[in-house]
Amino acid sequence: MLSRTADHLYWMARCTERAENLARLLDVTHQMSLVPQSVAAENQNWGAILALNSLEASFNDAYDEVNAENVLRFMVSDAKNPSSIYSCLRAARENAHAVRGTLTAETWESCNATWIELREQKFEQILSAGVGEFFDWVKLRSAVTRGVTFGTMLQDEALHFIRLGGLLERGDNTARILDVKYHVLRSNGDEGDEGTTDFYQWGALLRSLSAFEVYRKVYRDVITPARVAELLMLRMDLPRSLHACANGIVRVLDLISNSHSDETKRRAGMLHAHLHYARIEDVLAHGLHEYLTDFMDRIYDLGEGINRDFLIPAA
Amino acid sequence: MLSADSQSNHLEPSAAANIMKLNFYNEMYDAAGSLRPHYRAYADWLAATPPERIARKRAEADIAFHRVGITFAVYGDESSQDQGKERLIPFDIIPRVIPALEWQGLHAGLRQRVKALNAFLHDIYHGQEILQAGHIPREQVLNNAQFRPEMMGIDVPAGIYAHIAGVDIVRAGEGAFYVLEDNLRVPSGVSYMIEDRKMMMRLFPELFSRHKIAPVQHYPDMLVENLRTVAPQGVVDPTVVLLTPGAYNSAYFEHTFLAQQMGVELVEGRDLFVKDDTVYMRTTQGPQRVDVIYRRLDDDFLDPLAFRKDSMLGVPGLLSAYRAGRVTLANAIGTGVADDKSIYPYVPEMVRFYLGEEPLLNNVPTWMLRKPDDLKYVLEHLPELVVKEVHGAGGYGMLVGPASTKQEIEDFRARIIAEPEKYIAQPTLALSNCPTFVESGVAPRHLDLRPFVLSGKNIDMVPGGLTRVALREGSLVVNSSQGGGTKDTWVLEN
Repeated sequence: MLSRTADHLYWMARCTERAENLARLLDVTHQMSLVPQSVAAENQNWGAILALNSLEASFNDAYDEVNAENVLRFMVSDAKNPSSIYSCLRAARENAHAVRGTLTAETWESCNATWIELREQKFEQILSAGVGEFFDWVKLRSAVTRGVTFGTMLQDEALHFIRLGGLLERGDNTARILDVKYHVLRSNGDEGDEGTTDFYQWGALLRSLSAFEVYRKVYRDVITPARVAELLMLRMDLPRSLHACANGIVRVLDLISNSHSDETKRRAGMLHAHLHYARIEDVLAHGLHEYLTDFMDRIYDLGEGINRDFLIPAA
Repeated sequence: MLSADSQSNHLEPSAAANIMKLNFYNEMYDAAGSLRPHYRAYADWLAATPPERIARKRAEADIAFHRVGITFAVYGDESSQDQGKERLIPFDIIPRVIPALEWQGLHAGLRQRVKALNAFLHDIYHGQEILQAGHIPREQVLNNAQFRPEMMGIDVPAGIYAHIAGVDIVRAGEGAFYVLEDNLRVPSGVSYMIEDRKMMMRLFPELFSRHKIAPVQHYPDMLVENLRTVAPQGVVDPTVVLLTPGAYNSAYFEHTFLAQQMGVELVEGRDLFVKDDTVYMRTTQGPQRVDVIYRRLDDDFLDPLAFRKDSMLGVPGLLSAYRAGRVTLANAIGTGVADDKSIYPYVPEMVRFYLGEEPLLNNVPTWMLRKPDDLKYVLEHLPELVVKEVHGAGGYGMLVGPASTKQEIEDFRARIIAEPEKYIAQPTLALSNCPTFVESGVAPRHLDLRPFVLSGKNIDMVPGGLTRVALREGSLVVNSSQGGGTKDTWVLEN
């Protein structure tokens, strides 16, 4: 397959996945803000989203205050913000457009339909209809596109690169959501982990990653931060966990390997082992934030390796 | 021996007036208003189909075309925040029907014409016998911007230069067909021909059981087979690719469509590189050799080392690999010299010279404004003529006299006087029309036909082609960039 084609497929998947996870992150922040708290604390939570994506500077250029409406506008509909849901879905559609001949008709049409419907939604309408509804729509469109992709495409290299992009982005995004929310929640929570506020807050975090029911099923017990971290990081059977993503990356790299991809495969294997044999007690003792930062660095490094080996090779 | 100039068709005003008469030929009805026999079954069906169903189906077609993304980009429209705005080409559900016998005539005429054009291209890049014989003025060819000296003496596989020709044909006057132009560079539109058929079969399957309509959907198969037969000598299982300028090109939809239908890679210039006069594409598994390039990129942009230095779309070294016979380009470099409007008047002469036959298809009488007599006549009759730039395309840069204001005509007159050699003029053809759905109901609109002629070991084409229709009332310009639409084209089988 053409390197450029692989590149477009990979980024189509990454951008779609990023839009979905951004919707998840904004959704959980929005839900957490519904629990009574000070305005300062709430605005701090919205500000954390900007910090997480290193967007404070460009946000401050265009908006005068960090508050729910401004951050939502910036992260949902702002075409000038390359990380907004609008920009991600536009980039996903442009990448798909560039390789539409490689996609099945259903996959392309789903991606294109998402973009057409998105363009028709003005931010004021989204706000007045309730942002939650919009986030559900983003997640649904992402699910539909993923569904037709895996349900209709030949299981060849094209699909492998789509999977690879999705997995890398998802692992990175889960780590980001966990990183920003875990700290907010830990610092809010007093000694007891089972206060009512906490229940709703941790519940919102789990829901945002579609893991609330899973948590109940796996632990059959009250929600504790350590278990939430364990579930979202180390469980191999939770589709959005770091471990599951690393596992998938290793498998896809095996399927697409070429004569110069051994080093990237080795590093992916190391990352996988790092999660596979980890214990949550050690992770927390070592420092969750440090662990997640290290994970995101390694994902970035794998992305560079994939670029070099497959997507932008020297002649 | 006659000189080239004295032999060309200098027009008597009376000859021109003959096809300028404004009683339009209607594809569906004859002059007495009776239905033509080949439209009877369709007209019966249309009369028996409730208008609500038609309306619903037309809306369905619109949605389907949008969702599939069968659109084209409009150049120069950057007003919206989404650059490269895309527009639908309107699709009309009343087909253009061609009876079997008429198609047989067109088919034979097209084969003959394209054969002669390829012979001409081979000749002018080799011995130039037609120039030696004085049938075409030497400077018309050699000083033509589309003539590529780089091609002199190069032998291309099977002697084919124009592998894909999109010949524009109109019906005028009493019903005779005329060739309007021969598109031998990168003709487009074939994807609409196929999508229009798919749409008709989806909307109205019952029509296809009532008629025997020649299929067209195998065009991509014919095309890829044709491209494989012209691979460089010695290549057993050639790798064919389609080279596109990229996603912002107005015909990008067609490029992706054809690549997918043929099962070949859709490449951009940056996906290819040349090493030791061999072309490779960059793949996830390393470099892979390319043997045949179906290029949808103009000559000027193909190779920045040989043509336009600022081209970001081409492949450095491609011309060198091509000259070494290591890769086939379809169409060949330098075909533009044969479809140039200043060469067009000589095509009938090519048929006689190379094939020793009388041309089966008519040319439109053409005044060449570099000739003083022609210029004088045209300047005196501007309001009734069509004037075209010799190198223009896509309906840009032309004057349609009867549809223009006095001011527009005077502006154009000044341009002609400044550089008469840049223009040709033709009578305003009374293009045939066909009933078409428009806002006010069903009304006649003018149309043309572009069959796609494939040349390789053989010359062949799928029956029919793309029918374009001018949707504005009275308009004679069918180009999609000028608000034209399309119709499905039915060649009936006996």
